Amino acid sequence: MKKESAIQIDKLTVAYEAQPVLLNISLAFKKGKMTAIVGPNGAGKSTMIKAMLGLVEPVTGEVVYQDVDQEAVSYKELKNRIAYVPQNTSVDWDFPTTVRDVVLMGRYGHLGWFKRPKNKDREIARQMLLKVGLPSFASRQISQLSGGQRQRVFLARALAQEADVYIMDEPLAGVDMKTEHIIMKLLKQLVAEGKTVLVVHHDLQTVEEYFDDIVFINQEVIAAGPVDETFDKQTVKKTYHRDRNLGEGE
Amino acid sequence: MSMITEITLIAVVVAVACALPGVFLVLRGVTMVSDAITHTVLLGIVLAFFITQDLNSPLLMIGATLVGVATVWLIETIQRSALVSTDAAIGIVFPLFFSIAIILITLYAGDVHLDEDAVLMGDLAFAPFRRVDVFGLDMGPQSLWVMSVILVMNALFIFFFYKELKITTFDPAFAAALGFTPMIIHYALMTLVSLTAVGAYDSVGSILIVGFMVGPALSGYLLTHSLKKMISITVLIAVVNSVSGVQLAFFFDTTIAGMIAVVTGFTTLLVLVFSPRKGLYKQQLNQKRARKLLDKRIKTLT
Amino acid sequence: MLIELFTILSDYTFQLVALGTGIIGLLSGVIGTYATLRKESLLGDALSHAALPGIGLAFVMIQRKELLFLMIGAIVSGLIATALIQLITRKTLVKLDSALSLVLSSFFGLGLVVLTAIQNNPNAQQAGLQSFIFGQASAMLQRDVQLIAGVGVILLTLVVLFWKEFKCYTFDPMFSRTLGFSSKVIEFILSMMIVLTIIIGLESVGVILISALLIGPSIAARQWSHRLSRVVILAGLTGFFSGVIGTLVSSMGDNIPTGPVIVVVVSLFVFASLLFAPKQGLIARRIRKREKQKHFLTRLNDLKEGQS
Repeated sequence: MKKESAIQIDKLTVAYEAQPVLLNISLAFKKGKMTAIVGPNGAGKSTMIKAMLGLVEPVTGEVVYQDVDQEAVSYKELKNRIAYVPQNTSVDWDFPTTVRDVVLMGRYGHLGWFKRPKNKDREIARQMLLKVGLPSFASRQISQLSGGQRQRVFLARALAQEADVYIMDEPLAGVDMKTEHIIMKLLKQLVAEGKTVLVVHHDLQTVEEYFDDIVFINQEVIAAGPVDETFDKQTVKKTYHRDRNLGEGE
Repeated sequence: MSMITEITLIAVVVAVACALPGVFLVLRGVTMVSDAITHTVLLGIVLAFFITQDLNSPLLMIGATLVGVATVWLIETIQRSALVSTDAAIGIVFPLFFSIAIILITLYAGDVHLDEDAVLMGDLAFAPFRRVDVFGLDMGPQSLWVMSVILVMNALFIFFFYKELKITTFDPAFAAALGFTPMIIHYALMTLVSLTAVGAYDSVGSILIVGFMVGPALSGYLLTHSLKKMISITVLIAVVNSVSGVQLAFFFDTTIAGMIAVVTGFTTLLVLVFSPRKGLYKQQLNQKRARKLLDKRIKTLT
Repeated sequence: MLIELFTILSDYTFQLVALGTGIIGLLSGVIGTYATLRKESLLGDALSHAALPGIGLAFVMIQRKELLFLMIGAIVSGLIATALIQLITRKTLVKLDSALSLVLSSFFGLGLVVLTAIQNNPNAQQAGLQSFIFGQASAMLQRDVQLIAGVGVILLTLVVLFWKEFKCYTFDPMFSRTLGFSSKVIEFILSMMIVLTIIIGLESVGVILISALLIGPSIAARQWSHRLSRVVILAGLTGFFSGVIGTLVSSMGDNIPTGPVIVVVVSLFVFASLLFAPKQGLIARRIRKREKQKHFLTRLNDLKEGQS
């Protein structure tokens, strides 16, 4: 099992101010698969992603990635191979920057400190913008875009990272049909190329259509596995109607 | 009355008069607007002085207060244009007004008995020398009278419009739906803040007034959940700060207003650390306890 | 008039002071852009006030008005204030604006306490310490300008070196972290740069008005461009010319304070930009709105005619 999984989460517990958000989670995400992460609000989905990206420090447990030679490495050693699309709320939309520039930021990780983007990086950014169908928007200021277009720009930024693992936090929330279509098409392409894609997803209607695997989370792992085996009414009910006060303890 | 008693009395009155509107400034998150006001009323004082030629004229107070309100209006207009964020709007408006005031003062320094140091730093030590006398009878220091009137006005405003202040602060949209125009309450509060700043500038100085307004109210905010209790605690802390500040200033032979500002910062910091409601120390304790529980649970799970 | 202007322009003292204030304007324009973009414009105001006790205590320690030592004192108290503000806003219920007001007034109060104590304790060297409150550009010496220029070169080099990192961090701090750029390092360098800019400006512009120089130029520049690189350059130029023009105007009269005049010039740039900027300027917006209304009315008329 270890051989084919790209990411291994081992007994992970994360707490904010000692209040547990995730409790003893163990999971494996498979290479070349698209996995949906599903659970109610406050279930710890975003926290799990942040822990995987090293953005929050876990209380116990670890996240292990597998590099090209199938050696187990930690997130730090693999940074440039992982692309992350955050929930699109944290950004200042009036920031003086163009669409082209935002996509180019995806190359920054490969450059490291001090170094400037080269022509090659600009070319990659241009291609990615073409892929998400926004080449004519390159010189626009980002506030002049619709919600769906913004989401596509951030996907282009992640694509420009040319990573092996793509982690997306609700990329389809509140976007138009066209954007949803484009995003899913691109993600499927990535999977076909053998990349690993994890998506926090909220729309249970589309799970069967879009994903290979699914993980149900509500503070703990409720169920995980291939969609056609794991995705059923009972598991959904169990995940969404779980007692939320688990974390309080006695 | 001895001089130190008089100074203490003035300090207490100024501190409480400032702290009362401060409660709502803190709750509304507009304390930096009040900082802007305390700077810009200087322009009002200078302009009104050119007209009245009398630093004690009531017209001067009215003029300066109006400039304070105009400041609020200008900040809000700039911010509403959506070209500039609120904090930047504040940072654009008050230095401009203040600069014009300083330029005017230095240009006409010969004719004006206003000096910029006095306006900025203020000096409580000199407050007892400016006295009110009626028919040759000494009625006490002038600033005591002025600030007492302002204190009473602030207290009455909060007393009569308590409900309106509370609802427009907590939920402006809801208040508007109920028919309380939040705009009117907002501008009434800002007018009082301006008036308080004008009244207090010669004893406290424009820069420290904001500390008098914010410090005690912050302590009150951190110590209780009830608005009424918050007001009482705020007043109490304002009194403690000013009395001990005066004592310390005399002991160290230094500026009184400055010392009160230092004491205010210090007491607020103490409350920040030791408040039973989310103080830093309490947070630390809670976290430690929760962490122990968590460790125990992880152990039972694995 | 022209001859008078020429005499001023060729005067060595004027050239020196104008160069000094110009560089200060340039730096605050460039560095201030990052502060306003992070919605932390007023942080500069609090930090400049917070520098005062550091200056006073540094003087108490060495008993001389040595600019470099006073600056170190100012840096230390500025950084303590930054740390305090961050601690208060991150760990307690208190919001940024209250934390700023509190730190600003208590540090300034402490500064006054120290300065008064120094005054009550006569020492020939103390003269001019008060000038930090309002600033005294005309007192600028050649070595002051050299120091300012030196700090300026360092700061601008840092902006160029860390261009990509600062940009990414100000725009999207979380993303910048996932790329492996330590947010703590970037944040510290940025805060340090803001504090340094404030401090080299204190002597000439003063505690109270230096924040206007940090905010104004970047706000003016932001109205003219959507690109960070252009905004930074424009802000630098605006700051530079405000410094030079302000110094010029104040040297034309006998008793016109330089700092406040510079602030008025900056403000003129800001208000002109808000009004006249193409596309998003208030006047351009008004014209567009009117055209839209006209268009709407003619369409409405067409519809009515079509109906009847």
